[in-house]
Amino acid sequence: MHNPLTVNGLSAAYQKKPVLDNVSFQVNGGELIGIIGPNGAGKSTLIKTILGLIPRLSGEVTVFGKPYSSQRKLIGYVPQRESVDWDFPTNALDVVLMGRYGRLGWFRRPGLDDKRLAMECLAKVGMADYAGRQISQLSGGQQQRVFLARALAQDARLYLMDEPFAGVDAATEKAIITLLQELKKQEKTVIVVHHDLSTVKEYFDSVLLLNVTLQAYGPTETVFTAANLNRTYGGRLGFLERLGHMDPFSAEGR
Amino acid sequence: MLNDFLAILRDPNAQWIMIGCMLLGLSSGMIGCFAYLRKQSLMGDTLAHAALPGICIAFMLTGAKSILLFMVGAGLAGIAATFGISWITRYSKLKSDAAMGIVLTGFFGIGIVLLTQIQHSGSGNQSGLDKFLFGQAASMIGSDVRTMLIVSLFLTLACWLLFKELKLVSFDPGFARGLGYPVVFLDQLLMFFMVIAVVIGIQAVGVVLVAALLITPAVSARYWTDRLGVMLVLAGVFGALSGAVGTLLSASAPNMPTGPLTVLAAALLFSISLLAGPSKGLIAKRLQHLRARREHLAERRAGAAPSREVRG
Repeated sequence: MHNPLTVNGLSAAYQKKPVLDNVSFQVNGGELIGIIGPNGAGKSTLIKTILGLIPRLSGEVTVFGKPYSSQRKLIGYVPQRESVDWDFPTNALDVVLMGRYGRLGWFRRPGLDDKRLAMECLAKVGMADYAGRQISQLSGGQQQRVFLARALAQDARLYLMDEPFAGVDAATEKAIITLLQELKKQEKTVIVVHHDLSTVKEYFDSVLLLNVTLQAYGPTETVFTAANLNRTYGGRLGFLERLGHMDPFSAEGR
Repeated sequence: MLNDFLAILRDPNAQWIMIGCMLLGLSSGMIGCFAYLRKQSLMGDTLAHAALPGICIAFMLTGAKSILLFMVGAGLAGIAATFGISWITRYSKLKSDAAMGIVLTGFFGIGIVLLTQIQHSGSGNQSGLDKFLFGQAASMIGSDVRTMLIVSLFLTLACWLLFKELKLVSFDPGFARGLGYPVVFLDQLLMFFMVIAVVIGIQAVGVVLVAALLITPAVSARYWTDRLGVMLVLAGVFGALSGAVGTLLSASAPNMPTGPLTVLAAALLFSISLLAGPSKGLIAKRLQHLRARREHLAERRAGAAPSREVRG
């Protein structure tokens, strides 16, 4: 049995400026993994480079033991919500159906089975009543749920999610984390770019601390330590803590 | 008036022109939807202006006025222009709107210089080339219309076959690439479709105005629907309608140019859509606001009555 994802010596750059430098890690199956790091640390870049959306300078990515490009059907992707124009003339069900496009091939349209599956995925994120709604009429949290439903429709085994919790209300956050735990129960692996340090311990089995280079990776309880975080955030975290804005080590009470 | 129109419709020459303009409007309208949704509305204008030097060079090299050769010339010039734009945006701090403005005017300048050269070269065959500036639908002949027919059918078929692919790439290119779709290829294909829509449009409408047939029907259609498929059909219908109205008006009075009238008809359709479109039109928005206001006031009045309980 191969690991869902193995990344070896991955580097990427935006016009000569390195944003990812020699990142290597191996993901265990059936885990929820959080990618944590300051702004500009290359978290989104890491996901996009794994997916081949950004050309890599060097390194290798294998998915279940084979090169990424031959394993696309096993990977589900949730991009950042702001990456698309929500005024596009389409409805929620249609967006979810796009998750099936990878399996359809050229010229073929989604059929009844695809529609049924897309409706089920919408129901799983609590959006069944909004299937016919124009996507610009949805709230930010609802749009995020539609994106998640689309990834579910991909019926993948490894999921990569770019900040699914960004700018959503508490109810949607709860719905999303319930869904992630559901995926985990089905032995799926989910990698999530995450910003809120206070929920890390509660949500993730493993964390990957990133700041251009890999800072630390492993089970949350051993890796999510003050020393590692301070190194990753370059001391800025202490400043934030004193302000009382975030305290990553009091998550137990939640 | 009606008899005038019927008389025009019986004239075989006018029939050709009208069919040509309608097909042109139909296919440009459909392709324009994807260009508009990919935020490349101005790309049509750039490609059209870039086509002029391409057409001139094609004529200078071959001395023939063939729509196919012009298409090749315009296509190559369009590719050069798009490369120019992406080169400028990549290696300078300029955004694509500025880059498009520079490339568009630069190519057009070259085109005008070449056109002036051709007109004074006295090769005898050059007359009519200047018609590409503003177009002259009346000069279209049967073979031109046949070319238009084939190209329009091709574009319509391509939109229908590649509907799913173009839709996904227009909405979420990152996700499309994640699924393994050849996004760059589809982008270039869409650009290619725009180039051929522009080239068949140039003869009727001219390089200056042809972009209107890509943009205006698509934007108008967006006011009437929230479904991409419906939008495509509506944009095609609006484009064809504009072509028909333009031809009829120009044929019913002397000295009325077909191309500009077609563009004006499209603009009129846009104005109507902007005002009367359901839910997004200005009138519908105003009515919604008034209704919301009335309901709000009525609720407030009801709330003031003592019988109503205040819920905590």
